[in-house]
Amino acid sequence: MIIEDVPPDAVDRSGRPVLEVDELTVTFRRRGEQPMRAVDGVSFAVAPGETVGLVGESGCGKSVTSLAVMGLLPRRGVQVGGSVRLDGRELVGAPDRALRELRGADMAMVFQDPLSSLNPTVPIGTQVTEVLLEHRDLSRKDATAQATDLLDRVGIPDPARRLKEYPHQLSGGMRQRALIAMALACRPRLLIADEPTTALDVTIQAQILELLRELVVDSGTALVMITHDLGVVAGLCDRVHVMYSGKIIESADRHELFARPRQPYTGGLLASVPRLDGVRGAPLHPIRGSARDVIPWAEGCAFAPRCDHAQDDCLTEVAGSTVPLEYDGPGRELRCRHPLEYPRSPAGATAAGAAR
Amino acid sequence: MTADPLLRVEGLQVHFPIKRGVFVDRTVGHVRAVDGVDLAVERGSTYGLVGESGCGKSTLGRAVLRLVEPTAGQVWFDGTDVASLSGEPLRQMRRRMQMVFQDPLGSLDPRQDVESLLSEPLHAHGLGGGKAGIAERVRTLLDAVGLPSAALRRYPHEFSGGQRQRIGIARAVALEPDLLIADEPVSALDVSVQAQVLNLLEELQERLGLTYLVIAHDLAVVRHISDVVGVMYLGSLVEQAPADDLYAQPLHPYTRALMSAVPVPDPVVEESRERILLAGDLPSPADPPSGCRFHTRCPWRQETRCDDEVPVLRELGTGHLVSCHWAEEIRDGVLTPRSAEEVAATMGVSIRATGAENPESDALVQGLDAPIERR
Repeated sequence: MIIEDVPPDAVDRSGRPVLEVDELTVTFRRRGEQPMRAVDGVSFAVAPGETVGLVGESGCGKSVTSLAVMGLLPRRGVQVGGSVRLDGRELVGAPDRALRELRGADMAMVFQDPLSSLNPTVPIGTQVTEVLLEHRDLSRKDATAQATDLLDRVGIPDPARRLKEYPHQLSGGMRQRALIAMALACRPRLLIADEPTTALDVTIQAQILELLRELVVDSGTALVMITHDLGVVAGLCDRVHVMYSGKIIESADRHELFARPRQPYTGGLLASVPRLDGVRGAPLHPIRGSARDVIPWAEGCAFAPRCDHAQDDCLTEVAGSTVPLEYDGPGRELRCRHPLEYPRSPAGATAAGAAR
Repeated sequence: MTADPLLRVEGLQVHFPIKRGVFVDRTVGHVRAVDGVDLAVERGSTYGLVGESGCGKSTLGRAVLRLVEPTAGQVWFDGTDVASLSGEPLRQMRRRMQMVFQDPLGSLDPRQDVESLLSEPLHAHGLGGGKAGIAERVRTLLDAVGLPSAALRRYPHEFSGGQRQRIGIARAVALEPDLLIADEPVSALDVSVQAQVLNLLEELQERLGLTYLVIAHDLAVVRHISDVVGVMYLGSLVEQAPADDLYAQPLHPYTRALMSAVPVPDPVVEESRERILLAGDLPSPADPPSGCRFHTRCPWRQETRCDDEVPVLRELGTGHLVSCHWAEEIRDGVLTPRSAEEVAATMGVSIRATGAENPESDALVQGLDAPIERR
């Protein structure tokens, strides 16, 4: 099937954002250890029908951000600061009862591993109808009918039979579809997808991405897409926030970001992925070191030890001299003192990034 | 093709029995993980094997090394049939063919430090020339893969994923093998680190004259590193071609669908490129479809031949092998594809999820990629 591209502006995007995250911080505390700040002042907003991507490598805090938004982090040992507003309602510090009512109804989440996020001992049908029974005044019969409808909508063949089956009887792609059906059961205003296709094969990934794209256009749901795959971002997201070590280091519209990455980290990421449409044998320019080689943000820029553009003022011993996230042209924000300049090829950005 | 290739696989089959029963193990069927594959890897070149999880690519790699026993077929390595070897000759042969595994943490013994990890293969094969010689050799190895010599006394958990994979590669090249089989060498790594490991593999190939068999699900990675690429679907090779030809003009419908499914990190390309969505999931390898195995999902399926006649690999263009009855017609645009919905509708409920029939094969669709070994 050849899918025509969906017009990006099919849904009205005016009005206030569905989700506003303001200076969100998440700190993990353990006795006898230094507190660990996983998310360090992250701010972004998502409008209805908009898809926002949070991109970064493992350990950059993107998943913790999503868990904090959903209020799914444990209370004990975790300190959440800042503000998260869903349609103007403050979620940080809200009582569990209130969050419980919102989760599943107004905001929903799709997790990375579909097998471990479904209950293996309960049929798919019960798990999908549970959401409906909890949040909507429906009889069991109506809920089942609606669940059948939902499974059909996400492209599961023979939905009536599938409802009686257990998660292990479905394939990986089917499970992820079932999970998406559950998340969409109550037509949420906000959907957070945390690496929804990482565990799937490319052909199945293409099916799931197509499904998400259709859903956003049809229902005007605000979608937060968390991923490490720049290709997924390029096809799906309107706005992209690149995260590194708990902070957003660059935000831009996807066209801007991929055409002219300004943060050396973003440029390095793009230069280090082999591309299917590029020239074969073009050398890759990896970022040197690994995500472990960070310095505290308070001492300048956490990426400085791996950055080829780093200069003396990126690394200071003086506490409190964090590189700020600043305005960088219309619709762009950047946290960097020595960004990549254009015109020049982004591939040259980390040309000296030989393996350590 | 030039003189004898380093590795030649002929009609290789690996079938895993499915066992049922509480007291007596009855064999109720076979998972045909690899079902008749022929391929040849030239000296000093890189053969890339791609396919989705469950297509048998990892099992093929393991069968070449005899880490799983082939059910039938021959593996010729430098003129010797590996499948017929056993005992000491097999052990000697394995010195010349080494493997790099997907999960760098899982394939390194957590209780051995790096020096012990790297010197063990040298001890086992009596190479390196005594204590001093081995110590010297281990240092050279570390240097070759770009790790500091301070790493010698450290344990695998103290390293990052990329560094661990470097240790795995160092261990594999310690014996100066001729053939290196890399099973998903970069898929467990972060993007920025992937490129480092790919560059390292290329550099080592150049320096040591290695021959690679690279197994991966990521088409972009395979294309980047390979000279010849083979595409597998449900245990058999559906297309094989020099990397540039394959990507310039994929002939098999599955290859086309696979390539169109790979997202490109460029929004402009993303918006304009052709997308071929496939209907449904991979059929169960325990009960593969008749005729062409891809016919249940193929957008170009025809009424005749596809359902009942098994296509053979035939050569279209230099070195470009494809197993499709209608490859020329599809290439010339005589036949047009149908949408995924139409394919699903015509095939009815026969498109079953892999896990539905037998839960055992479930791991195949989760991207776990480990072959199901049941003894």
